[in-house]
Amino acid sequence: MTAVARRARVLPGVRFALLIAFVLVFLVPVYVLLATSFKPLTEADPGQAWNLPRTWTFEAWRVAWEKLAPGLLNSVLIAVPGALISAALGSMNGYVLSKWRFPGADVVFTLFLFGMFIPYQGVMIPLVQLMTTLDIYGGLPGLILAHVVYGIPICTLIFRNYYVTIPDELIEASRVDGAGMLRAYRSVVLPVSGPAFAVVVIWQFTSLWNDFLFAVFLTGPQSWPATVLLNNIAGAQATPYSQQMAAAILASIPTMVVYVLLGRFFMRGLMAGALKG
Amino acid sequence: MTRMRRWLPGLLLLSPSIAAIAIFVYGMLGWNLQVAMTDRHDEISEGRFVGLTNFVQLWDQPRWHISVEHAVVFTLVFVGGALLLGWLLAFLMERGIRGEGTFRAIYLFPMAISFVATGIVWRWLMNAGTGERAVGLNALLDGLGLGFLQWQWFRDPDWGMAAMAIPAVWQMSGYVMALFLAGFRGVPDELREAARVDGASEWKVYRHIVLPLLRPVTLSALIILGHISLKVFDLIVAVAGTQVVTDVPAVFMWVAVFDSHDPAKGATIAAYIVLSVTVFVVPYLIWSVRRERRES
Repeated sequence: MTAVARRARVLPGVRFALLIAFVLVFLVPVYVLLATSFKPLTEADPGQAWNLPRTWTFEAWRVAWEKLAPGLLNSVLIAVPGALISAALGSMNGYVLSKWRFPGADVVFTLFLFGMFIPYQGVMIPLVQLMTTLDIYGGLPGLILAHVVYGIPICTLIFRNYYVTIPDELIEASRVDGAGMLRAYRSVVLPVSGPAFAVVVIWQFTSLWNDFLFAVFLTGPQSWPATVLLNNIAGAQATPYSQQMAAAILASIPTMVVYVLLGRFFMRGLMAGALKG
Repeated sequence: MTRMRRWLPGLLLLSPSIAAIAIFVYGMLGWNLQVAMTDRHDEISEGRFVGLTNFVQLWDQPRWHISVEHAVVFTLVFVGGALLLGWLLAFLMERGIRGEGTFRAIYLFPMAISFVATGIVWRWLMNAGTGERAVGLNALLDGLGLGFLQWQWFRDPDWGMAAMAIPAVWQMSGYVMALFLAGFRGVPDELREAARVDGASEWKVYRHIVLPLLRPVTLSALIILGHISLKVFDLIVAVAGTQVVTDVPAVFMWVAVFDSHDPAKGATIAAYIVLSVTVFVVPYLIWSVRRERRES
Protein backbone atom coordinates (compact mmCIF):
# COMPACT_ATOMS: atom_id res chain seq x y z
CA MET A 1 0.00 0.00 0.00
CA THR A 2 1.43 3.36 -0.93
CA ALA A 3 1.71 6.16 1.59
CA VAL A 4 -0.96 8.19 -0.17
CA ALA A 5 -3.50 5.38 -0.15
CA ARG A 6 -2.83 4.65 3.54
CA ARG A 7 -3.30 8.29 4.44
CA ALA A 8 -6.53 8.44 2.49
CA ARG A 9 -7.84 5.54 4.57
CA VAL A 10 -6.72 6.79 7.96
CA LEU A 11 -7.56 10.45 7.68
CA PRO A 12 -11.33 10.20 7.20
CA GLY A 13 -11.51 8.33 10.51
CA VAL A 14 -9.55 11.02 12.31
CA ARG A 15 -11.61 13.77 10.72
CA PHE A 16 -14.83 12.02 11.63
CA ALA A 17 -13.72 11.59 15.26
CA LEU A 18 -12.78 15.26 15.52
CA LEU A 19 -16.10 16.35 14.05
CA ILE A 20 -17.96 14.16 16.55
CA ALA A 21 -15.94 15.67 19.39
CA PHE A 22 -16.96 19.16 18.26
CA VAL A 23 -20.59 18.07 18.05
CA LEU A 24 -20.43 17.07 21.72
CA VAL A 25 -18.92 20.43 22.67
CA PHE A 26 -21.56 22.28 20.66
CA LEU A 27 -24.37 20.37 22.36
CA VAL A 28 -23.22 20.97 25.96
CA PRO A 29 -25.40 24.09 26.42
CA VAL A 30 -28.36 22.28 24.86
CA TYR A 31 -28.02 19.42 27.32
CA VAL A 32 -27.95 21.80 30.28
CA LEU A 33 -30.96 23.73 28.96
CA LEU A 34 -33.07 20.64 28.40
CA ALA A 35 -32.04 18.69 31.50
CA THR A 36 -32.56 21.65 33.84
CA SER A 37 -35.91 22.64 32.36
CA PHE A 38 -37.45 19.30 33.37
CA LYS A 39 -36.20 19.41 36.95
CA PRO A 40 -38.37 20.14 39.98
CA LEU A 41 -37.41 23.14 42.14
CA THR A 42 -35.45 20.98 44.58
CA GLU A 43 -33.04 19.79 41.89
CA ALA A 44 -32.69 23.01 39.92
CA ASP A 45 -29.48 24.32 41.46
CA PRO A 46 -26.14 24.82 39.73
CA GLY A 47 -24.50 22.10 41.81
CA GLN A 48 -26.57 19.49 39.97
CA ALA A 49 -26.32 21.04 36.53
CA TRP A 50 -24.80 17.96 34.94
CA ASN A 51 -27.24 15.42 36.39
CA LEU A 52 -30.32 14.31 34.58
CA PRO A 53 -33.52 15.04 36.51
CA ARG A 54 -34.34 12.37 39.10
CA THR A 55 -37.99 13.35 38.85
CA TRP A 56 -39.14 14.64 35.48
CA THR A 57 -41.72 17.41 35.61
CA PHE A 58 -43.29 19.94 33.25
CA GLU A 59 -43.89 22.35 36.11
CA ALA A 60 -41.12 24.77 35.06
CA TRP A 61 -42.39 24.75 31.48
CA ARG A 62 -45.92 25.56 32.62
CA VAL A 63 -44.82 28.54 34.74
CA ALA A 64 -42.38 29.76 32.06
CA TRP A 65 -45.15 29.61 29.48
CA GLU A 66 -47.46 31.68 31.67
CA LYS A 67 -44.79 34.32 32.22
CA LEU A 68 -43.55 34.41 28.63
CA ALA A 69 -46.82 34.08 26.70
CA PRO A 70 -47.51 37.84 26.30
CA GLY A 71 -43.99 38.33 24.93
CA LEU A 72 -44.32 35.41 22.54
CA LEU A 73 -47.56 36.87 21.21
CA ASN A 74 -45.91 40.27 20.72
CA SER A 75 -42.99 38.63 18.96
CA VAL A 76 -45.37 36.96 16.51
CA LEU A 77 -47.16 40.28 15.95
CA ILE A 78 -43.79 41.92 15.23
CA ALA A 79 -41.92 39.26 13.29
CA VAL A 80 -44.65 38.01 10.92
CA PRO A 81 -45.84 41.34 9.47
CA GLY A 82 -42.34 42.76 9.67
CA ALA A 83 -40.88 39.92 7.63
CA LEU A 84 -43.66 40.05 5.02
CA ILE A 85 -43.46 43.82 4.50
CA SER A 86 -39.67 43.63 4.31
CA ALA A 87 -39.87 40.94 1.64
CA ALA A 88 -42.34 42.90 -0.48
CA LEU A 89 -40.19 46.04 -0.31
CA GLY A 90 -36.96 44.14 -0.91
CA SER A 91 -38.39 42.42 -3.95
CA MET A 92 -39.36 45.67 -5.66
CA ASN A 93 -36.06 47.33 -4.76
CA GLY A 94 -34.05 44.36 -5.96
CA TYR A 95 -36.01 44.33 -9.22
CA VAL A 96 -35.28 47.99 -9.90
CA LEU A 97 -31.61 47.73 -8.96
CA SER A 98 -31.03 44.72 -11.20
CA LYS A 99 -33.35 45.27 -14.18
CA TRP A 100 -34.46 48.94 -14.30
CA ARG A 101 -31.23 50.60 -13.37
CA PHE A 102 -31.08 54.38 -13.46
CA PRO A 103 -28.01 56.64 -13.59
CA GLY A 104 -26.29 56.45 -10.22
CA ALA A 105 -27.91 53.15 -9.25
CA ASP A 106 -24.56 51.75 -8.11
CA VAL A 107 -24.01 54.65 -5.75
CA VAL A 108 -27.52 54.30 -4.32
CA PHE A 109 -26.95 50.57 -3.85
CA THR A 110 -23.64 51.13 -2.05
CA LEU A 111 -25.26 53.74 0.20
CA PHE A 112 -28.01 51.19 0.98
CA LEU A 113 -25.43 48.53 1.83
CA PHE A 114 -23.74 50.73 4.39
CA GLY A 115 -27.08 50.72 6.23
CA MET A 116 -26.62 46.98 6.69
CA PHE A 117 -23.49 47.41 8.77
CA ILE A 118 -24.23 50.47 10.90
CA PRO A 119 -24.34 49.72 14.61
CA TYR A 120 -27.94 50.61 15.48
CA GLN A 121 -26.73 52.33 18.65
CA GLY A 122 -25.77 55.16 16.32
CA VAL A 123 -29.39 55.93 15.42
CA MET A 124 -31.14 54.97 18.64
CA ILE A 125 -31.24 58.27 20.53
CA PRO A 126 -32.65 60.33 17.61
CA LEU A 127 -34.98 57.47 16.69
CA VAL A 128 -36.53 57.53 20.18
CA GLN A 129 -36.95 61.31 19.87
CA LEU A 130 -38.49 61.08 16.40
CA MET A 131 -40.92 58.37 17.44
CA THR A 132 -41.90 60.31 20.54
CA THR A 133 -42.59 63.35 18.35
CA LEU A 134 -44.64 61.25 15.91
CA ASP A 135 -46.41 59.64 18.89
CA ILE A 136 -45.57 56.08 17.84
CA TYR A 137 -43.00 55.51 20.59
CA GLY A 138 -43.45 52.49 22.82
CA GLY A 139 -45.84 50.43 20.69
CA LEU A 140 -45.63 47.64 18.16
CA PRO A 141 -46.13 49.72 14.95
CA GLY A 142 -43.09 51.87 15.72
CA LEU A 143 -40.93 48.83 16.34
CA ILE A 144 -42.13 47.15 13.14
CA LEU A 145 -41.43 50.34 11.21
CA ALA A 146 -37.87 50.42 12.57
CA HIS A 147 -37.28 46.77 11.69
CA VAL A 148 -38.66 47.20 8.17
CA VAL A 149 -36.62 50.33 7.47
CA TYR A 150 -33.33 48.96 8.79
CA GLY A 151 -34.05 45.67 7.03
CA ILE A 152 -34.24 47.35 3.60
CA PRO A 153 -30.50 46.98 2.85
CA ILE A 154 -30.19 43.23 3.45
CA CYS A 155 -33.54 42.41 1.79
CA THR A 156 -32.69 44.54 -1.25
CA LEU A 157 -29.29 42.89 -1.50
CA ILE A 158 -30.68 39.34 -1.41
CA PHE A 159 -33.36 40.06 -4.05
CA ARG A 160 -30.98 42.00 -6.25
CA ASN A 161 -28.39 39.23 -6.26
CA TYR A 162 -31.15 36.75 -7.09
CA TYR A 163 -32.73 38.80 -9.88
CA VAL A 164 -29.34 39.42 -11.52
CA THR A 165 -29.48 35.75 -12.57
CA ILE A 166 -32.74 36.27 -14.54
CA PRO A 167 -31.75 36.84 -18.21
CA ASP A 168 -32.30 40.44 -19.32
CA GLU A 169 -33.77 39.09 -22.58
CA LEU A 170 -36.88 37.92 -20.72
CA ILE A 171 -37.57 41.44 -19.50
CA GLU A 172 -36.75 42.87 -22.94
CA ALA A 173 -39.15 40.44 -24.59
CA SER A 174 -42.04 41.45 -22.38
CA ARG A 175 -41.12 45.08 -22.94
CA VAL A 176 -41.32 44.57 -26.71
CA ASP A 177 -44.78 43.12 -26.11
CA GLY A 178 -45.67 46.49 -24.61
CA ALA A 179 -45.46 45.56 -20.92
CA GLY A 180 -44.41 48.30 -18.54
CA MET A 181 -42.17 47.92 -15.54
CA LEU A 182 -44.85 46.65 -13.17
CA ARG A 183 -46.35 44.22 -15.69
CA ALA A 184 -42.93 42.78 -16.47
CA TYR A 185 -42.47 42.34 -12.72
CA ARG A 186 -45.78 40.52 -12.33
CA SER A 187 -45.51 38.31 -15.40
CA VAL A 188 -41.77 37.55 -15.58
CA VAL A 189 -40.05 38.22 -12.25
CA LEU A 190 -42.62 37.44 -9.57
CA PRO A 191 -43.40 33.88 -10.75
CA VAL A 192 -39.75 32.82 -10.29
CA SER A 193 -39.17 34.75 -7.04
CA GLY A 194 -40.26 31.98 -4.66
CA PRO A 195 -36.82 30.97 -3.38
CA ALA A 196 -35.73 34.58 -2.83
CA PHE A 197 -38.93 35.30 -0.90
CA ALA A 198 -38.28 32.24 1.26
CA VAL A 199 -34.73 33.38 2.00
CA VAL A 200 -35.76 36.92 2.91
CA VAL A 201 -38.82 36.01 4.96
CA ILE A 202 -36.80 33.48 6.97
CA TRP A 203 -33.90 35.84 7.42
CA GLN A 204 -36.08 38.72 8.57
CA PHE A 205 -38.29 36.53 10.73
CA THR A 206 -35.21 35.20 12.55
CA SER A 207 -33.60 38.61 13.04
CA LEU A 208 -36.84 40.26 14.14
CA TRP A 209 -37.67 37.42 16.50
CA ASN A 210 -34.19 37.48 18.05
CA ASP A 211 -33.84 41.26 18.22
CA PHE A 212 -33.24 42.74 21.65
CA LEU A 213 -31.63 46.14 21.06
CA PHE A 214 -34.46 47.82 19.13
CA ALA A 215 -37.03 46.29 21.44
CA VAL A 216 -35.50 47.58 24.69
CA PHE A 217 -35.02 51.04 23.27
CA LEU A 218 -38.33 51.41 21.44
CA THR A 219 -41.03 49.47 23.30
CA GLY A 220 -42.79 49.73 26.62
CA PRO A 221 -43.86 46.84 28.92
CA GLN A 222 -47.12 46.24 27.00
CA SER A 223 -45.24 45.66 23.76
CA TRP A 224 -42.17 43.80 25.00
CA PRO A 225 -41.30 40.88 22.71
CA ALA A 226 -40.14 37.50 24.02
CA THR A 227 -36.44 38.45 24.13
CA VAL A 228 -36.96 41.40 26.47
CA LEU A 229 -39.39 39.50 28.67
CA LEU A 230 -37.00 36.55 28.75
CA ASN A 231 -34.13 38.79 29.83
CA ASN A 232 -36.28 40.23 32.62
CA ILE A 233 -37.46 36.80 33.79
CA ALA A 234 -33.91 35.45 33.82
CA GLY A 235 -32.50 38.59 35.40
CA ALA A 236 -34.79 38.33 38.41
CA GLN A 237 -33.01 36.67 41.33
CA ALA A 238 -36.19 34.93 42.39
CA THR A 239 -36.68 33.01 39.14
CA PRO A 240 -35.68 29.34 39.59
CA TYR A 241 -33.13 28.03 37.10
CA SER A 242 -35.52 25.42 35.74
CA GLN A 243 -37.94 28.19 34.73
CA GLN A 244 -35.17 30.31 33.19
CA MET A 245 -34.04 27.41 31.04
CA ALA A 246 -37.58 26.45 30.03
CA ALA A 247 -38.29 30.08 29.10
CA ALA A 248 -35.09 30.27 27.04
CA ILE A 249 -36.12 27.17 25.10
CA LEU A 250 -39.68 28.44 24.62
CA ALA A 251 -38.38 31.72 23.22
CA SER A 252 -36.14 29.81 20.80
CA ILE A 253 -38.63 27.24 19.52
CA PRO A 254 -40.10 29.28 16.63
CA THR A 255 -36.74 30.11 15.05
CA MET A 256 -35.48 26.57 15.66
CA VAL A 257 -38.54 25.13 13.90
CA VAL A 258 -38.05 27.49 10.97
CA TYR A 259 -34.39 26.53 10.88
CA VAL A 260 -35.06 22.78 10.92
CA LEU A 261 -37.82 22.93 8.30
CA LEU A 262 -36.26 25.51 6.00
CA GLY A 263 -32.57 25.32 6.84
CA ARG A 264 -31.50 25.35 3.20
CA PHE A 265 -33.00 28.77 2.68
CA PHE A 266 -31.56 29.98 5.95
CA MET A 267 -28.12 29.04 4.64
CA ARG A 268 -28.67 31.00 1.46
CA GLY A 269 -29.67 34.05 3.47
CA LEU A 270 -26.46 33.74 5.45
CA MET A 271 -24.44 33.57 2.25
CA ALA A 272 -26.15 36.66 0.87
CA GLY A 273 -25.21 38.45 4.07
CA ALA A 274 -21.60 37.94 3.06
CA LEU A 275 -22.14 39.95 -0.12
CA LYS A 276 -20.44 38.19 -3.00
CA GLY A 277 -18.15 36.29 -0.57
CA MET B 1 -36.38 61.84 -23.34
CA THR B 2 -36.92 58.22 -24.39
CA ARG B 3 -33.93 57.24 -22.28
CA MET B 4 -35.43 58.97 -19.31
CA ARG B 5 -38.72 57.19 -19.87
CA ARG B 6 -36.68 54.04 -19.55
CA TRP B 7 -35.23 54.61 -16.12
CA LEU B 8 -37.61 57.05 -14.45
CA PRO B 9 -40.22 54.46 -13.39
CA GLY B 10 -37.52 52.44 -11.63
CA LEU B 11 -36.31 55.46 -9.73
CA LEU B 12 -39.89 56.26 -8.72
CA LEU B 13 -40.49 52.73 -7.45
CA LEU B 14 -37.29 52.88 -5.43
CA SER B 15 -37.87 56.39 -4.10
CA PRO B 16 -39.75 55.41 -0.90
CA SER B 17 -36.82 53.22 0.12
CA ILE B 18 -34.30 55.88 -0.86
CA ALA B 19 -36.18 58.36 1.31
CA ALA B 20 -36.37 55.88 4.20
CA ILE B 21 -32.64 55.12 4.07
CA ALA B 22 -31.79 58.81 3.69
CA ILE B 23 -33.85 59.74 6.74
CA PHE B 24 -33.44 56.75 9.03
CA VAL B 25 -29.84 55.83 8.29
CA TYR B 26 -28.01 58.99 7.24
CA GLY B 27 -30.37 61.52 8.81
CA MET B 28 -30.36 59.74 12.15
CA LEU B 29 -26.58 59.27 12.14
CA GLY B 30 -26.24 63.00 11.51
CA TRP B 31 -28.80 63.86 14.17
CA ASN B 32 -26.97 61.62 16.65
CA LEU B 33 -23.73 63.41 15.85
CA GLN B 34 -25.49 66.71 16.40
CA VAL B 35 -26.74 65.59 19.86
CA ALA B 36 -23.21 64.42 20.66
CA MET B 37 -21.94 67.95 20.00
CA THR B 38 -24.25 69.61 22.53
CA ASP B 39 -24.23 69.87 26.32
CA ARG B 40 -27.56 68.06 26.72
CA HIS B 41 -26.47 66.24 29.84
CA ASP B 42 -30.03 65.85 31.14
CA GLU B 43 -33.36 65.19 29.49
CA ILE B 44 -34.89 68.68 29.80
CA SER B 45 -32.30 71.18 28.61
CA GLU B 46 -32.21 72.21 24.96
CA GLY B 47 -28.49 71.82 24.64
CA ARG B 48 -25.96 74.29 23.31
CA PHE B 49 -23.40 73.51 20.66
CA VAL B 50 -20.11 72.57 22.31
CA GLY B 51 -18.21 71.11 19.37
CA LEU B 52 -16.10 68.07 20.08
CA THR B 53 -15.90 68.66 23.84
CA ASN B 54 -17.83 65.48 24.68
CA PHE B 55 -15.64 63.41 22.38
CA VAL B 56 -12.55 64.65 24.22
CA GLN B 57 -13.98 64.52 27.73
CA LEU B 58 -15.12 60.91 27.35
CA TRP B 59 -11.47 59.89 27.51
CA ASP B 60 -11.23 61.37 31.03
CA GLN B 61 -13.61 58.72 32.30
CA PRO B 62 -12.01 55.53 33.61
CA ARG B 63 -15.11 53.51 32.68
CA TRP B 64 -14.70 54.48 29.02
CA HIS B 65 -11.12 53.24 29.01
CA ILE B 66 -12.24 49.97 30.57
CA SER B 67 -15.02 49.48 28.06
CA VAL B 68 -12.73 50.17 25.09
CA GLU B 69 -10.12 47.73 26.41
CA HIS B 70 -12.85 45.15 26.92
CA ALA B 71 -14.12 45.64 23.38
CA VAL B 72 -10.60 45.10 22.02
CA VAL B 73 -10.06 41.87 23.99
CA PHE B 74 -13.53 40.60 23.12
CA THR B 75 -13.05 41.38 19.43
CA LEU B 76 -9.64 39.70 19.21
CA VAL B 77 -10.78 36.52 20.95
CA PHE B 78 -14.19 36.35 19.28
CA VAL B 79 -13.09 37.12 15.71
CA GLY B 80 -9.90 35.04 15.99
CA GLY B 81 -11.69 32.15 17.69
CA ALA B 82 -14.66 32.03 15.33
CA LEU B 83 -12.40 32.28 12.26
CA LEU B 84 -10.10 29.50 13.45
CA LEU B 85 -12.85 27.15 14.61
CA GLY B 86 -15.02 27.82 11.57
CA TRP B 87 -12.08 27.25 9.26
CA LEU B 88 -11.12 24.04 11.07
CA LEU B 89 -14.64 22.63 10.83
CA ALA B 90 -14.84 23.47 7.13
CA PHE B 91 -11.37 22.01 6.57
CA LEU B 92 -12.40 18.74 8.25
CA MET B 93 -15.54 18.46 6.08
CA GLU B 94 -14.16 19.92 2.89
CA ARG B 95 -13.55 16.69 1.00
CA GLY B 96 -16.92 15.24 1.90
CA ILE B 97 -17.69 13.14 4.95
CA ARG B 98 -20.46 10.79 5.97
CA GLY B 99 -23.33 12.65 7.64
CA GLU B 100 -22.15 16.05 6.43
CA GLY B 101 -25.68 17.46 6.44
CA THR B 102 -26.14 16.53 10.10
CA PHE B 103 -22.79 17.98 11.12
CA ARG B 104 -23.54 21.22 9.34
CA ALA B 105 -26.97 21.50 10.92
CA ILE B 106 -25.56 20.99 14.42
CA TYR B 107 -22.73 23.51 13.99
CA LEU B 108 -25.10 26.07 12.50
CA PHE B 109 -28.11 25.85 14.80
CA PRO B 110 -26.77 28.24 17.50
CA MET B 111 -27.09 30.99 14.90
CA ALA B 112 -30.87 30.57 14.85
CA ILE B 113 -31.13 31.37 18.57
CA SER B 114 -31.04 34.81 20.15
CA PHE B 115 -28.05 35.97 22.17
CA VAL B 116 -30.46 36.56 25.03
CA ALA B 117 -31.52 32.90 25.19
CA THR B 118 -27.98 31.56 24.88
CA GLY B 119 -26.72 34.13 27.37
CA ILE B 120 -28.93 32.57 30.05
CA VAL B 121 -27.38 29.14 29.79
CA TRP B 122 -23.83 30.45 29.37
CA ARG B 123 -24.15 32.64 32.44
CA TRP B 124 -24.87 29.47 34.33
CA LEU B 125 -22.15 27.41 32.67
CA MET B 126 -19.55 30.10 33.31
CA ASN B 127 -20.26 30.38 37.03
CA ALA B 128 -17.22 31.80 38.78
CA GLY B 129 -17.16 29.38 41.74
CA THR B 130 -13.99 27.26 41.93
CA GLY B 131 -12.68 24.43 44.09
CA GLU B 132 -15.28 23.27 46.61
CA ARG B 133 -17.86 25.69 45.20
CA ALA B 134 -17.28 24.74 41.57
CA VAL B 135 -20.41 24.41 39.44
CA GLY B 136 -21.08 24.62 35.70
CA LEU B 137 -18.05 24.30 33.46
CA ASN B 138 -15.67 24.46 36.41
CA ALA B 139 -17.35 21.37 37.88
CA LEU B 140 -17.17 19.67 34.49
CA LEU B 141 -13.44 20.43 34.25
CA ASP B 142 -13.00 19.03 37.74
CA GLY B 143 -14.85 15.87 36.78
CA LEU B 144 -12.64 15.44 33.72
CA GLY B 145 -9.52 15.71 35.87
CA LEU B 146 -8.77 19.16 34.46
CA GLY B 147 -9.46 21.01 37.70
CA PHE B 148 -6.34 23.15 37.27
CA LEU B 149 -8.09 24.88 34.34
CA GLN B 150 -10.82 26.27 36.59
CA TRP B 151 -11.04 30.02 36.58
CA GLN B 152 -13.46 32.87 37.17
CA TRP B 153 -14.59 33.07 33.53
CA PHE B 154 -16.16 36.45 32.77
CA ARG B 155 -15.58 37.62 36.35
CA ASP B 156 -11.84 37.44 35.88
CA PRO B 157 -10.68 41.08 36.13
CA ASP B 158 -8.01 40.77 33.43
CA TRP B 159 -9.23 38.21 30.90
CA GLY B 160 -12.94 38.09 31.67
CA MET B 161 -13.83 39.39 28.23
CA ALA B 162 -12.03 36.43 26.66
CA ALA B 163 -14.50 34.19 28.49
CA MET B 164 -17.36 36.40 27.32
CA ALA B 165 -16.25 35.70 23.76
CA ILE B 166 -16.76 31.94 24.19
CA PRO B 167 -20.56 31.99 23.77
CA ALA B 168 -20.13 34.31 20.78
CA VAL B 169 -17.67 31.88 19.19
CA TRP B 170 -20.10 29.05 19.90
CA GLN B 171 -22.84 31.01 18.20
CA MET B 172 -21.00 32.26 15.11
CA SER B 173 -18.35 29.70 14.16
CA GLY B 174 -20.92 27.59 12.31
CA TYR B 175 -21.57 30.58 10.09
CA VAL B 176 -17.86 30.94 9.36
CA MET B 177 -17.76 27.21 8.63
CA ALA B 178 -20.55 27.59 6.06
CA LEU B 179 -18.72 30.49 4.41
CA PHE B 180 -15.41 28.60 4.24
CA LEU B 181 -17.09 25.41 3.07
CA ALA B 182 -18.58 27.33 0.14
CA GLY B 183 -15.14 28.82 -0.45
CA PHE B 184 -13.41 25.42 -0.44
CA ARG B 185 -15.98 24.00 -2.81
CA GLY B 186 -15.45 26.94 -5.13
CA VAL B 187 -11.85 25.87 -5.80
CA PRO B 188 -11.88 24.06 -9.18
CA ASP B 189 -10.77 20.43 -8.88
CA GLU B 190 -8.71 20.78 -12.07
CA LEU B 191 -6.50 23.34 -10.36
CA ARG B 192 -5.70 20.95 -7.51
CA GLU B 193 -5.21 18.04 -9.87
CA ALA B 194 -2.86 20.01 -12.08
CA ALA B 195 -0.71 20.92 -9.09
CA ARG B 196 -0.67 17.31 -7.86
CA VAL B 197 0.37 16.06 -11.29
CA ASP B 198 3.22 18.57 -11.12
CA GLY B 199 4.32 16.75 -7.97
CA ALA B 200 3.15 19.25 -5.36
CA SER B 201 2.47 17.77 -1.91
CA GLU B 202 -1.02 18.10 -0.41
CA TRP B 203 0.27 20.80 1.91
CA LYS B 204 1.74 22.75 -1.01
CA VAL B 205 -1.49 22.43 -2.98
CA TYR B 206 -3.30 23.80 0.02
CA ARG B 207 -0.82 26.57 0.70
CA HIS B 208 -0.41 27.83 -2.86
CA ILE B 209 -3.70 26.97 -4.59
CA VAL B 210 -6.52 26.78 -2.03
CA LEU B 211 -5.50 29.37 0.54
CA PRO B 212 -5.11 32.30 -1.88
CA LEU B 213 -8.54 31.54 -3.34
CA LEU B 214 -10.06 31.66 0.17
CA ARG B 215 -8.91 35.23 0.74
CA PRO B 216 -12.18 36.94 -0.32
CA VAL B 217 -14.21 34.60 1.93
CA THR B 218 -11.88 35.27 4.83
CA LEU B 219 -12.26 39.01 4.31
CA SER B 220 -16.07 38.76 4.27
CA ALA B 221 -16.05 36.69 7.44
CA LEU B 222 -13.68 39.14 9.08
CA ILE B 223 -15.91 42.11 8.26
CA ILE B 224 -19.10 40.41 9.41
CA LEU B 225 -17.61 39.14 12.67
CA GLY B 226 -15.86 42.44 13.28
CA HIS B 227 -18.97 44.57 13.00
CA ILE B 228 -20.96 42.17 15.18
CA SER B 229 -18.21 42.31 17.76
CA LEU B 230 -17.91 46.09 17.99
CA LYS B 231 -21.62 46.58 18.67
CA VAL B 232 -22.12 43.53 20.92
CA PHE B 233 -24.80 44.24 23.51
CA ASP B 234 -27.45 41.52 23.90
CA LEU B 235 -25.03 38.78 24.85
CA ILE B 236 -23.28 40.81 27.51
CA VAL B 237 -26.49 42.09 29.06
CA ALA B 238 -27.91 38.55 29.12
CA VAL B 239 -24.80 37.00 30.67
CA ALA B 240 -23.66 39.68 33.09
CA GLY B 241 -26.12 42.59 33.08
CA THR B 242 -24.67 46.09 32.98
CA GLN B 243 -21.80 45.64 35.41
CA VAL B 244 -18.48 47.39 34.92
CA VAL B 245 -16.61 44.07 35.03
CA THR B 246 -17.92 43.22 31.54
CA ASP B 247 -18.55 46.74 30.25
CA VAL B 248 -18.25 47.48 26.52
CA PRO B 249 -19.11 50.73 24.68
CA ALA B 250 -22.62 49.53 23.75
CA VAL B 251 -23.42 48.70 27.38
CA PHE B 252 -21.85 51.95 28.58
CA MET B 253 -24.06 53.81 26.11
CA TRP B 254 -27.13 52.07 27.52
CA VAL B 255 -26.10 53.08 31.04
CA ALA B 256 -25.48 56.68 29.92
CA VAL B 257 -28.94 56.94 28.34
CA PHE B 258 -31.11 55.06 30.83
CA ASP B 259 -29.25 55.23 34.14
CA SER B 260 -27.38 58.53 33.93
CA HIS B 261 -30.04 60.18 31.72
CA ASP B 262 -27.33 61.88 29.69
CA PRO B 263 -28.29 61.93 25.98
CA ALA B 264 -25.20 63.85 24.90
CA LYS B 265 -22.88 61.28 26.48
CA GLY B 266 -24.87 58.37 25.06
CA ALA B 267 -24.78 59.94 21.60
CA THR B 268 -21.03 60.47 21.89
CA ILE B 269 -20.41 56.82 22.75
CA ALA B 270 -22.74 55.75 19.94
CA ALA B 271 -20.83 57.95 17.50
CA TYR B 272 -17.57 56.30 18.53
CA ILE B 273 -19.11 52.84 17.94
CA VAL B 274 -20.29 53.90 14.48
CA LEU B 275 -16.87 55.36 13.71
CA SER B 276 -15.08 52.15 14.72
CA VAL B 277 -17.24 50.13 12.30
CA THR B 278 -17.15 52.70 9.50
CA VAL B 279 -13.38 52.83 9.18
CA PHE B 280 -13.22 49.24 7.94
CA VAL B 281 -16.69 48.68 6.44
CA VAL B 282 -16.61 51.60 4.00
CA PRO B 283 -13.37 50.54 2.26
CA TYR B 284 -14.72 46.98 2.17
CA LEU B 285 -18.01 48.04 0.55
CA ILE B 286 -16.25 50.16 -2.07
CA TRP B 287 -13.87 47.29 -2.78
CA SER B 288 -16.63 44.70 -3.19
CA VAL B 289 -18.86 46.89 -5.38
CA ARG B 290 -15.85 47.65 -7.63
CA ARG B 291 -14.90 43.99 -7.77
CA GLU B 292 -18.41 43.03 -8.80
CA ARG B 293 -18.44 45.65 -11.53
CA ARG B 294 -15.09 44.40 -12.83
CA GLU B 295 -16.39 40.86 -12.98
CA SER B 296 -19.62 41.65 -14.76
